[in-house]
Amino acid sequence: MKTVPVADCVWEIPTSEKPGMLVPARIYASEALLRQMDAGVFEQVTNVACLPGIVRASLCMPDGHWGYGFPIGGVAAFRADTGVISPGGIGFDINCGMRLLRTDLTEAEVRPRLTELVEALFAAVPSGVGAKGFVRLSDDEFREVMREGARWCVRHGYGWPEDLAATEGGGCLPGADPDRVSVRAVARGREQLGTLGSGNHYLEIQVVPPDGLHDPEVARAFGLERPGQIAVMLHCGSRGFGHQIGTDYLRTFDQVMRRYGITVRDRELACAPFRSPEGQAYFGAMTAAANTAFANRQLIAHRVREVMARVFGRDPRALGLSVVYDVCHNTAKVERYPVDGEPLELVVHRKGATRAFGPGAPDLPEAYRAVGQPVIIGGSMETGSALLVGTAHAMAETFGSTAHGAGRTMSRAQAKRQVWGETLMRQMAERGIVVRAASKSGVAEEAGFAYKDLAEVVDTVHRLDISRRVATLRPIGNVKG
Amino acid sequence: MGRHTFLESVAVADCAMEVEGDDLDDLFATAARALAEVMVDPATVPRGVERRVELAAPSLDLLLFDWLSELIYMKDAERLVFPEAEVHVDRADPCRLVARLAGGVIDRATTALRADPKAVTFHQFVLEPHGGGWRARLVIDV
Repeated sequence: MKTVPVADCVWEIPTSEKPGMLVPARIYASEALLRQMDAGVFEQVTNVACLPGIVRASLCMPDGHWGYGFPIGGVAAFRADTGVISPGGIGFDINCGMRLLRTDLTEAEVRPRLTELVEALFAAVPSGVGAKGFVRLSDDEFREVMREGARWCVRHGYGWPEDLAATEGGGCLPGADPDRVSVRAVARGREQLGTLGSGNHYLEIQVVPPDGLHDPEVARAFGLERPGQIAVMLHCGSRGFGHQIGTDYLRTFDQVMRRYGITVRDRELACAPFRSPEGQAYFGAMTAAANTAFANRQLIAHRVREVMARVFGRDPRALGLSVVYDVCHNTAKVERYPVDGEPLELVVHRKGATRAFGPGAPDLPEAYRAVGQPVIIGGSMETGSALLVGTAHAMAETFGSTAHGAGRTMSRAQAKRQVWGETLMRQMAERGIVVRAASKSGVAEEAGFAYKDLAEVVDTVHRLDISRRVATLRPIGNVKG
Repeated sequence: MGRHTFLESVAVADCAMEVEGDDLDDLFATAARALAEVMVDPATVPRGVERRVELAAPSLDLLLFDWLSELIYMKDAERLVFPEAEVHVDRADPCRLVARLAGGVIDRATTALRADPKAVTFHQFVLEPHGGGWRARLVIDV
């Protein structure tokens, strides 16, 4: 497929490349990352460009790889009045996202108790197949969680009021409609609140390495002040509840598209007009799942505070265990952007792409308004993660979006053939990283060599100015499903 | 007797498989066993639970989609995994299946856990006659 360089690290696929493309496709990548992208990215990003109501361009972030319907790393905005909404542009794990907590603890304080800490976190935060959470909810209470998200948790003592300001959308997105959620989704997800899941989901104890503060001033605004400082990062989403809503509506849209005269190039791009009854029903259910994911990460953060208070014998506030930020990377949200000089209401789909609002964005807490929104990009369990900040350029260029992770380069089976889970855990322990996992084979699947180089992804988004490098975080303890 | 093969090049981040069966009953049962194998080591699942499942769908491929989605649903809603399945598929309109499942509740102390499937996808989703039997290609999001 013809890929034309149009700016540094920006590649465009013109509409002439595929019949039905309404806008060009734009891939944001260094030459090295572009070469690593599989053929599915090019096919899928151009398929998305054919969907009704899309504006400007179909975008793919530097960590892009093939997904279902949209590529992972896909960003696309559709007119709210005439465009569509597609579960394939959000993913089954609705509001999968990242939360980062900072602490006043140092590596020197944590090292002697690291194994005890990781074991205690593993016991307190259930993970893996068949895990049950610690909160028992009636149907009515679960509906409250769908509407209120993280606010419900704080209202019930599972968190601090200031956690909400440090969460995208205040941890509660408008438009959730529990009446559009199936009984099966409720049955599947109600007991999973406060669980981590499996695959690439994790809870990690991290440290700021000696050379880890790239922008000390912004890092300080985010609560990271010095090398050796301990942070806690978690990556998870809406669990079986969101997965079932994704399944329910993929199945629904697959059948109703014909009625709206929509044809798609890939069945995973099943969609409906945003303003149609089906489109609005999915948006209401999807937002309920997004809020539930905020609640899930809030409950896990609460457990982290309880465990760390117990292990270190200090109140969580005395440990400085505050939320830096909680940000989604699998959502569709209604936002306003100028299109051809006219401000338009758009349904912005981000699938494996992080919101990256720049300074001054109204959704940001007061403390971050001058610097921009924290952006959390998760890497592999061996290599570490990154904290960045959103930019004004992202608002103009990518609908306020940036990358979300490193992206796999190797299949799970291939990774397992290269290393045993037990062997990898031993090797990581020798390098000072304590791992506790529900599935040992799952550890092997998540080996660092199975992922792209996160530094290249971070360098590229920094170079593109769609987010700027603030800090690097290196894992020392990891809990996995 | 049906067979399944995991396809590494199709779903780098997830789990793709090709399933073959002598007939539709065999294919649906083989796909169910393969899915159980994705989730856990089947030998470590406690036995003792039997379930009867009945489903209907407007087409055969959607019946397969719904069948596997049902098994993923039971894994989360009831923590049930079924390494054994007998399935009877009726190609009438709408298509129907009746299945008898045998397995048990995941015991986190003794069951060897593997991946936690989120959903069946339509990615490269195919169900077709093949060599006198049937063949399906399935990609599971894990």
